Order: sequence, then structure tokens, then C-alpha cells
Amino acid sequence: MNTGTPPKGRGPLGKSEMLLAYSMILPTLLIVLSIVLLPLLANFWISFKPVQLGDLRAPSVISNERIRPTPEAVGDTAEISYRLRNSSQKGAITGIELSDDFPAGLSLAGELDSRCQLQENSLRCELGEYEPGYRETLKIPVRAEQGYIDQPVNPRDSKPQIAGTADNILTNNKFTLENFRKVFSASEFWTVLRVSLYYTVFGTLGALIFGLFAAQLLSTTFPGRGLLRGFFLFPYVAPVIAVAFAWVLLLDAGPGGTLNAILLKIGAVDGPINFLGQRAVPISFFGMTLEFPVALTTVISFEVWRYFPLSFLFILARMQSMSSETYEAAEIDGASPLQQFWYISLPQLAGILAVLFLLRFIWTFNKFDDIFLLTGGAAGTRTLTVDVYEQAFAVSNLGAGAAVAVVVFIVLLLSALLFFKYSPQDDG
Amino acid sequence: MKIGNTFFIGLVVGALWALIYSVVLSVFAMLVTGDVIVPDIGNAMAGGAVGAGFYLLTPVARREELWLPVSAVIAFVVFWLMQKATGVSVVATSVQVLTWVGIFLTSAVSWHLCFHDMRAERQGRYQLEVILIRVMKGFGFVFFTIIVMLPFYVMLMTSLKSQQSLLANPLDLSINIWQDPKTLFRSYIELFTDYRFGLFLLNSAMVSVATVVITLLFSIPGAYAVSRLKFPGQAVLSRSILLIYMVPAIVLVIPLYAVFSQLGLRNTLIGLIVVYPATTIPVAVYMLQGYFRGLPYELEEAGLMDGLSRLGVILKITLPLSLPAIASVSLYIFMIAWNEFLFAFMFLDDPDIFTLSRGVQSLNSSEIPRQHLMAGAVIATVPVLVLFLWFERFLVAGLTAGSVKG
Repeated sequence: MNTGTPPKGRGPLGKSEMLLAYSMILPTLLIVLSIVLLPLLANFWISFKPVQLGDLRAPSVISNERIRPTPEAVGDTAEISYRLRNSSQKGAITGIELSDDFPAGLSLAGELDSRCQLQENSLRCELGEYEPGYRETLKIPVRAEQGYIDQPVNPRDSKPQIAGTADNILTNNKFTLENFRKVFSASEFWTVLRVSLYYTVFGTLGALIFGLFAAQLLSTTFPGRGLLRGFFLFPYVAPVIAVAFAWVLLLDAGPGGTLNAILLKIGAVDGPINFLGQRAVPISFFGMTLEFPVALTTVISFEVWRYFPLSFLFILARMQSMSSETYEAAEIDGASPLQQFWYISLPQLAGILAVLFLLRFIWTFNKFDDIFLLTGGAAGTRTLTVDVYEQAFAVSNLGAGAAVAVVVFIVLLLSALLFFKYSPQDDG
Repeated sequence: MKIGNTFFIGLVVGALWALIYSVVLSVFAMLVTGDVIVPDIGNAMAGGAVGAGFYLLTPVARREELWLPVSAVIAFVVFWLMQKATGVSVVATSVQVLTWVGIFLTSAVSWHLCFHDMRAERQGRYQLEVILIRVMKGFGFVFFTIIVMLPFYVMLMTSLKSQQSLLANPLDLSINIWQDPKTLFRSYIELFTDYRFGLFLLNSAMVSVATVVITLLFSIPGAYAVSRLKFPGQAVLSRSILLIYMVPAIVLVIPLYAVFSQLGLRNTLIGLIVVYPATTIPVAVYMLQGYFRGLPYELEEAGLMDGLSRLGVILKITLPLSLPAIASVSLYIFMIAWNEFLFAFMFLDDPDIFTLSRGVQSLNSSEIPRQHLMAGAVIATVPVLVLFLWFERFLVAGLTAGSVKG
């Protein structure tokens, strides 16, 4: 029997195609690698390091140079002094070398510091090592010559060059678990995690349900439908900075807040509601008192408002690709409109709804701008992402911020894995 | 005529529409004129119920012409009599009269849309669900239009007001458009002269365009390779490219802040132009590869047969065919870069290189009047909305073709 077997391996054509492919994809891979994947790893690295925001400026020697007293006649003696200090309170600087122009028209009037050498018009000092926070004053006695009196030179005009090596806080091998210990032991951490989950789950579900509702509205054709579709997308398209501040103004509890003014005028409330600043109000419900989180609900509403257009767009696209025959058949069989929606539309939408849920869940969990701009994380709206910012930049503890970011990443990974395991099969 | 469940549903629906429209239109009239109009909800609902009931009792065939306005008038009269009876009168000024006429006219249109082919008699489940769906849809249109419009309306109107009139009556968002344009647009003029918004606009445009160009330069070859060429790792790449997009920006911001600070790239526009494309390239590759796959490969094969090189095929066949996709990807990337806030906020300290997002954020202080903040918001919003409306078709197709970001 003669069965042909396909050739194994790659022919010359295949090889050249492979090379071409790699060369085309390489730049993309490199930039994504260096700006996304490396920082991701770097974040893990930083989370194990005791690094403060201020440590980012590498320790350096700061110098202040002056001449006192100012020589006025030939032969006057004076002193050039360099006041030097290590800028950092934490890191030592080693191998410090100072070099500077020696002002013309001045001559040495005594003993030069043993660490320094004067050659022609240039001064070089090898100052060795500075401990953290170390400061000293380097003094050089000088005498004025005729040249200086004729043409006085301010020694400050030439800046000293100071070289030295300092340990880089980001690359040295000091590690600590302190950041994680701090993050997990803080009493508010679990509150923050819970708020994050509430925000994510309700924000995601809200955006999906509103999107589904809006898509139903525009599923049939009528004049002005295209315009309305564009209009419904506005919240998603406009810059977050603009719409967030518009909401802040709309919901403001002080004078000038539009919504509170409306509610007060039509007599719906007795006093202004602080939508963005109030943590919770007690609500009596059949004798039980519940704490209703006001600010958190407001930021969730904003999230739903801003992102329902995205779900709306995808659901609408999916609905327009459904065939009308199924509905006609159902109509003949006597299915009511709600039955048609429940038994025909929804099952067909399940795939896109699942995908949207996953995407929106992840993106809502990642969201920082919205809450940061609306409340700054105050009044019980601090989510993990806002916490990253607070720890790293408000409290200036980069390491702790990175540790929270690690938690963000892990929660995200877990929910993505869970989702992939239990998600319905996507048909669209 | 037999009276059944539909009639009673009609009463409820009539009251409901009167409730919705009296609140919505009163608030609308307040925002537009600045006059206070307190909706008399109870009486409005009574009027609405009677009007809708009357409408349902008239024969179906005659509803189109006369009976719609007649039932609206009846509703209004009932409402007015109820007011007399209860002793409150909120129909005094001409604005109020106009508002209430508007309320019952729109109510009547809604009855018509819900009930134009319905009889007042008893009806089965199918018909009742049809009514329910019509009511829900009507409510949906009103609801979505208001929630989408309100923040933008407040933003625009506030930006045109003066500080005193805003504090005196925050509800009065009426604008006298016939006043001197210099006073009308004073916030905008001040932003452009004193707050350097012209420069911010330029910076934003520069960063966004650069991001689009760089993203396309990287993602077109990448997407082509992933979708058309065979190489080990192709499948993995094409599936995992979007995963990159799931990495939260807030996780990247600390390391990038640290490293860019040390490299001296932090407080520069170059820094942004490095970061933005890196975050947008994965989406662009994902969207483009989907489109490339959809192009007929025979065309490219024909090109290869006729002696074109791969690059020639890409330049002369694939690219011209995928112009719509490239346009939509460009627009989408432009929007992302234009709207980006986090990195602009973290990286830029120097007002010379602020982008619009950062510039508007810097206006958020108690010393700067809020109409300036809103004018800044309008300046940031208008270009991207105009672009979006202009190219909406492209964008919508591109977004849904390639599934995308938040």
C-alpha cells in the first residue's frame, strides 16, 4: 500500500516564512515585554523591598560653595568653603570625587586638605565615603592676587563636579516581608477587599443589565435609531475626567449641587444628601435596621452609567445577527413576548453575556480613575486599586503600594481562572 | 362595550405616565427656565388615569384623529378640577401652564403608543405582555435619555454661567444666548488665555496622534504575522495577546513610576508616548488580526503567484483592503490616549507638558470657580465626541468586531 506521508519539518519556504513572521512580531513583543510584563515582575520585586517614594532619588552629594570674606586688596586672605552633605538619610555614597575649577587670580595661602590636589587651575579631592546624612565643610585658604582684584571671580560660577556611587535602592539585595505584613495586618484591609468586591460585582451586573435593557429598546428599527445609538454611547466615549467632575457637580451636597437642589425644591428630601461624602445611612426595614452605603452606591451607579454603553453595543450587535425565523416560528406556536425573550433571545445572548461579564468584571476590578476622581476613596469607597495609590503615593510607601498591587493581581488571576472553569461555552 | 382587565391596567398605566412626565417635565422646565415648579403628583396621576381610561373606551378606529387630544384635554381638566378641590394651585404662571399642557400631551402620546390597538375588554396573557413591554420600553427611552443627557447638560450649562448666578440658584441653568459672546464664553476665554488650555489641547493632540501612529506601526505587522504566517507559537500568541490587556494599569504604575523617575523619563511627554502604545498595541493587534483573518486569502495568494514579495502583498493588497479596520482601530486608540488619566496624572508635574486630562484635573481646586472646571471638561470632551459622531459607523463596527476595553 502506498500512502503518501506529508513531509516532516519545515521546507525552505516554511523557514523563511517563519523568520519573516518572527521579525514582524518581534518589535511588538519587545515593547509589550518591556512596558507591561517587566513592570509586572518589577512590581513583585518592589513589593518585597523596603522602598519609600523619597528613595527614588538616588543619594547624591549636595554642595554649597562660597568665598569669605570677599578679598578687597592684593594680599587679602580668604577662605573658599564647600559645604557638602549626603542628600540621603538612608544610603551611603562611596568613592566620592569632587573636581572644580580653581578661581583665577587666587593662590593657595596655606595647607591644602590632605585629600585634595591642586593642579594648574583645577582642584581635585578624593573624599572617600559619606555615611547617610553625613555633612562636612571643605575649607581652602586663599590669597588674592592682582588678577583677582582686577577681575573678581565668584567661585560659584563654576559648579563642582561630584562623582560617587551609591547603592540603588531598587537594585540592591535588601528584601523584606514587612510590606505584606503591614498590608494584611491593617484592620481596614479586609474592608477594602470587601468594598472592591461589592463595587466590582454590582458595577458589572448593573452595567450588563442596563446594557441588556438599552439593547432591547433599540432592537427594532425606527426613525432616529442610529442617532440614539450614538447618543447612548456618550458616557463611554467621553473622557473620564470630564464626566466624573460633571457627576461631582451634579451630586454636590453644598450650594450649587443640581440634584440636591432639585430634590429640595420638589420636596423629596428635607436636607441635602451627601451622595459622595456620606458613608452610610440607617434604613429601617421591617423592624431591622440596615446600613445603606450611600457613597459606595453612588460610585457603583457611576460605573454602571459609564459602562452600560459597552455591554449595550455588544448585546445589540449580537441581537442583530439573530435570525428572525425562530421568532416567527415561536409567534405561530403562540409564545408570548416575554417567553420569546426568555426562551429564544436570552439563550442566544448567554455567550456574549458571559464574555462581557468576564471582561467587565476584570476591568471594573482594575478601575482606579473613576473612584479616585469621584471620592478619592473616602466615605467607604476605598477599593484595592485606590489603596495601591494611597499606600504608594499618599503615604509614600512604594513597597506597601506594590504589595497591594500584588494582591490586586492575584485576585484578578483567581477570578479569571474560576471563570474559565465554570463559564458557559461561548457560541458567538 | 365590555370592560375588563385591560381597562384597569390602562388606568394604572395612565397614572404611571402622568407621574413620570410630571416629575421629568417639571424638573426640565425648572432647569431650562429657573422657575420653581413643584409637580402636583397626586392630582396629575388622577388626571392621567382618567384620560387614559377615556382613551381606552373610545373605539380603536377613531383614536388616531380626534380622540387623542380630547383625552389629553379631559386629563388636564380632571387634574385642574382636582386642584381646585384639594385647594392647591400650582398652575399660575405661563411657564407652569405650558409645563402642565406638555405633561398631558406627552402622556397622551404615550397612551397612544401603549394602547393604540387595544380594547378595554378582558384580554389574555399575550396582549397583557405586549402592553407591559410597551410600557417598559417607553419608560426605558425616557430613563436612558435623561441619565445620559443630564450630566452632559449640567456640564455644558454650568460652563456658561457666572459664579454668582450659580450660587444664587443652582437650578437655574438657563442661558441667555443673545448676550455678548465675550461674557457668555468668559470661562473658555480665561482657560485659553490664563490657564494655557491651548497648549494642553496641543499636547493632548500630539500625544494621541503619536500613540496612534506608533501603535499602527507595531501592530499591523504583528497582527499580519499572527493571522497569516505559520510559525511555532502562533496559536499561543493569537490567544494570549488580549490577556496582556487584562493587566491592571495600577499594577504597572508603581514600577513604571520608579523606573521612569530614575531614567528621567517621568515628567516628559516622551514617557507617555512610550507607555500609551505599549498598552494599546495588544488591543490593536487583536482587533486587526480578526479583520485580517476575514479577508480572502486567495487575493494574497494571487499576489504571491504574480511575483509580489510578502511585503509587497501586505502593502499593495492587505493594507488597502483593511483601511476601514485601520480607521476604526486608529480612532479607538486615539480615544484611549486622549481620555487616559492615570499615567498623565502620575507622570506629569510640569504645566508646560500637561495633557488635557491632567490640565482639567489641575482645575479641581477650591480656588478655581467650578464653571472653569466644567469649561475644561467641555474642552476635553468636545473633540473626542465630534470625532466619534463623525466616524461612529466605523467605530461601532470595529469595536464589536474585535471585542474590547473598558
